[in-house]
Amino acid sequence: MRVALFVTCLVDAVRPAIGFSVIKLLEAAGCEVVVPESQTCCGQPAYNSGDSSTARVLAEKVLREFDGFDYVVIPSGSCGGQVKVHYLELFRDHPDLKSRAERLAGRMYELTDFLVSVLKVSSVPSQFAGHVTYHDSCCGLRELGVKQQPRALLGMLPGVQITELNGCEQCCGFGGTFSIKFGDVSGAIVDEKCRNVKATGADAVVLGDLGCILNIEGRLRRTGDTTTRVLHIAQVLAGDA
Amino acid sequence: MQTQSMHFKERAGQKLADARLQKNLKKLSEKFVTARAAAITEIDDFEGTRNAAVERRNRALGRLDLWLETFERNARAGGAHVLYAQNAEEATRLIVDIAKKHGVRKVTKSKSMVSEEVQLNAAFAAAGVQPVETDLGEYILQINDNEPPSHIIAPVIHKDKEEISALFAKTHATARKTEITELTREAREVLRGHFLSADMGVTGANFLIAETGSVALVTNEGNEGMCTIMPPKVHVVLTGIEKVLPTLEDLATLMRLLPRSATGQPISNYFSILSGPRRSADLDGPEHMYYVLVDAGRTGLLGSEFQEMLRCIRCGACMNHCPVYQKIGGHAYGWVYPGPMGSVLTPSYVGLENALDLPHAATLCGQCSVVCPVKIPLPDLLRKLREKQWERHLRPWYERVGVGLWAFAATRPALYAFGARVAARMLNWIGGTEGRIRQLPLGGGWTGTRDFPAPSGRTFRDMYRERRTGRSGA
Repeated sequence: MRVALFVTCLVDAVRPAIGFSVIKLLEAAGCEVVVPESQTCCGQPAYNSGDSSTARVLAEKVLREFDGFDYVVIPSGSCGGQVKVHYLELFRDHPDLKSRAERLAGRMYELTDFLVSVLKVSSVPSQFAGHVTYHDSCCGLRELGVKQQPRALLGMLPGVQITELNGCEQCCGFGGTFSIKFGDVSGAIVDEKCRNVKATGADAVVLGDLGCILNIEGRLRRTGDTTTRVLHIAQVLAGDA
Repeated sequence: MQTQSMHFKERAGQKLADARLQKNLKKLSEKFVTARAAAITEIDDFEGTRNAAVERRNRALGRLDLWLETFERNARAGGAHVLYAQNAEEATRLIVDIAKKHGVRKVTKSKSMVSEEVQLNAAFAAAGVQPVETDLGEYILQINDNEPPSHIIAPVIHKDKEEISALFAKTHATARKTEITELTREAREVLRGHFLSADMGVTGANFLIAETGSVALVTNEGNEGMCTIMPPKVHVVLTGIEKVLPTLEDLATLMRLLPRSATGQPISNYFSILSGPRRSADLDGPEHMYYVLVDAGRTGLLGSEFQEMLRCIRCGACMNHCPVYQKIGGHAYGWVYPGPMGSVLTPSYVGLENALDLPHAATLCGQCSVVCPVKIPLPDLLRKLREKQWERHLRPWYERVGVGLWAFAATRPALYAFGARVAARMLNWIGGTEGRIRQLPLGGGWTGTRDFPAPSGRTFRDMYRERRTGRSGA
């Protein structure tokens, strides 16, 4: 099975290790992983800024780059939602592109959804052990229905103890450029998230979106918490955390 | 109400710094969010009921002209007058004229957000008519120097018992009460006198029913009954033209969702359906009944890509569940309607150029549309407003430049790879050994409240290429 990896721009620039963890997970499950070299960004920053024509240009680029694979896997609910849900809206007046977007949407999966729903894995290549909690990122949860998949995967690790996070489905306050435009409001929202994380007593909060990771980790460190780890689920499942 | 929506950012900052407000806002999630979650489980097929509500609202809006005409015909047959107002000024002029015609000196009001929209109380005051708010929350705000409501169903959610207690003692010149029951009793005593001496009652409308020419009113305090069937000679219903439902069956569906979505109640304490003034055999009711149906921007949404917003039944669930509203409350939004629904309505009604921040004042987390009983795609509508702003060059120049530069690179993979490489290295260097950036160049909005976790230093694409060439070389 040929699987293309959509790395995402944040993973590429900020936490490349997550990309390698994803490759490890997919290869361990028997996939042939291809990384289209010219990929950059799904276009969400332009789309959410109101610049839909730029968003369309980038969306077309993605349609070209990720054509012809059995599946496309993306380690982000947010970017995944952009491609699977919002490209269809972007191309609503372009029937040809819309049908190509629909084809891509049908083959693209958020990482944990792919491992559980398509590959139906029963084990993961990790010895990770520890007390963790899980934050449901908004787009993964509400646009792609990612809820049980990461929990099922974490449940395959005998050394992992999960304590559910109070308000786990509440937004962390990231919201892309919202976090910079309304930094203080965003900061107040993530502060509550961090307090809930700490209240679980977990050593690490695990999640599936790098935007939320940077937001939560940034606030934890600013408030003097240097020990609670903020981990992408791929790192935990691949045994790279 | 004058719009202050241009000052959203500044006002939000003040609200964040208000420790008392922050404490009071916690009531939202403790009360409404939990109560709604429990209440919707009482409906066997909640999703099916939502879908039915969407269909019924869409049917009403699809032929709004027809249903308004039907409503008008049936309301007139029942003895009520039906008047239309194109804008706020016309609405207040019509109502003040009604008051003058009937020699009205005092008006009791039950809760109406449209009356806030058109600034009815100010118009009454200017005409020498005394308006008295009788919803407890609205009454509290009125005696606090006409403070605007901060929530569409819980107008005084931003205040705590102590503030209200002090306000009552000052306004009523009574001893300070500490128990809520004592406070409500005191309000009842004051309001009872007003109910008995008022000449006219003004209410909003939760729904208008076309087939019967009726108005449906939902309250928890019963004050709408006092405003309409106690002594007043005249009952004026002030509402928006979009509130019409074709049939009583539509009302039944919507009523399964409205109180549950709003306060988590299966049904509100009081629920009235009023169909016209008192007939000869009736024991009570007003002598005259008027409907003032306001457009004030609503027809502008009809037939547009924002039409779905008109389905709104004003339950407040979107704001109760909004992470932004939960942190800043309603006043920061600067006009009548706060939270996600307000961030769509305000620019639509007062002009996009007068509410620049509102479409952006959301994380687009999507929870509002998940809880909306009539499935309004609020994040999509906010994004569409952002598109309008972009098209009309209403965003600051640096945003356009920023997105432009980023897009220039993102469509040129080699340039992008180079830019990402440089940025990753530079930020890694700034992050130092701790890997924390305390002040981000051009990212003060971020680093004001958080560190920026520094990039690892090399981009995925560079490392991947190296690994692959390494592999093939080996």
